[in-house]
Amino acid sequence: MADARSDPRAPIDAAINTPAREGLTGTAPASLYAPAVEREQITIAPDLTPADVQPAWRQDFPIDWPQDQYVERRDFMKFMVLTSAAFTLGQLWIGAQNWWRKRSGQPVMQRIASIDDVAVGATVSFTYPDEHEPCLLVRVTESHFVAFNQKCTHLSCAVIPRPEEKSFFCPCHEGRFDLETGAPTAGPPRRPLTRIALGFRGRDIYAVGVEERTT
Amino acid sequence: MSPFARRPFSRDQRTTIVYGMLVFVLIVVVLQLWLLAATMNAWLGGDDSVVWPAAAASAACLALNIGLFRYLVRMERTRKGG
Repeated sequence: MADARSDPRAPIDAAINTPAREGLTGTAPASLYAPAVEREQITIAPDLTPADVQPAWRQDFPIDWPQDQYVERRDFMKFMVLTSAAFTLGQLWIGAQNWWRKRSGQPVMQRIASIDDVAVGATVSFTYPDEHEPCLLVRVTESHFVAFNQKCTHLSCAVIPRPEEKSFFCPCHEGRFDLETGAPTAGPPRRPLTRIALGFRGRDIYAVGVEERTT
Repeated sequence: MSPFARRPFSRDQRTTIVYGMLVFVLIVVVLQLWLLAATMNAWLGGDDSVVWPAAAASAACLALNIGLFRYLVRMERTRKGG
């Protein structure tokens, strides 16, 4: 006996939801063309138990946990890209500052003190090349003068001269620098103090330049 | 062209790809951090010869990261669209 569905002579039920009419144009249920749920799209609760034994709140507000974690990773990547952009901006900022520093050129000569005003072992404070850069002039011996920027190369605290220990001491993190060379000898600083080049005219001592150093 | 050539990645495949990209981006960002610190140290010490090469290298790292991120977004769009 032939199947009524496959027999084209069989009478057709006009009702739209008749099983025999499914698949005909305009009569198929919407679910027929709905995308099938893939196995990997099925949400599994963190405790791996079925959905109907989950707490009511989780049944009411089901969360696709794998997808949720996936999105978190994507957001983290977005954050990392923004961090990368910030570092690049930092590099460009250094470049701009470098351009500005080169454009400014060497600072002008500035008188610090008279030789007669500085005793051996004594220090004189001054600012150079502008009022925001405190510096120290030290008379190490009768004929030997040194001058350094007073900012510690670690975090810019003001260093204190200690001629009796032949060092500059930074009280913030107990950093120490050699009194004559400005080289770091202890503590966190890694770069030497910025040296101020000195010049002499008659009995006067002048600051004539700034020497930044890495070693 | 094979009919499977443009098939979207499965979730497991995407997870592997995203993890790989994340690790790569993380390494690149750490490299950029080191580059910034080293450049700052050199520049404060008066050595300005490294400033622009380091900036160019950092910009290249950023371009790489943006490219990877765009690939991730495109992969997401492919998954949602098909």
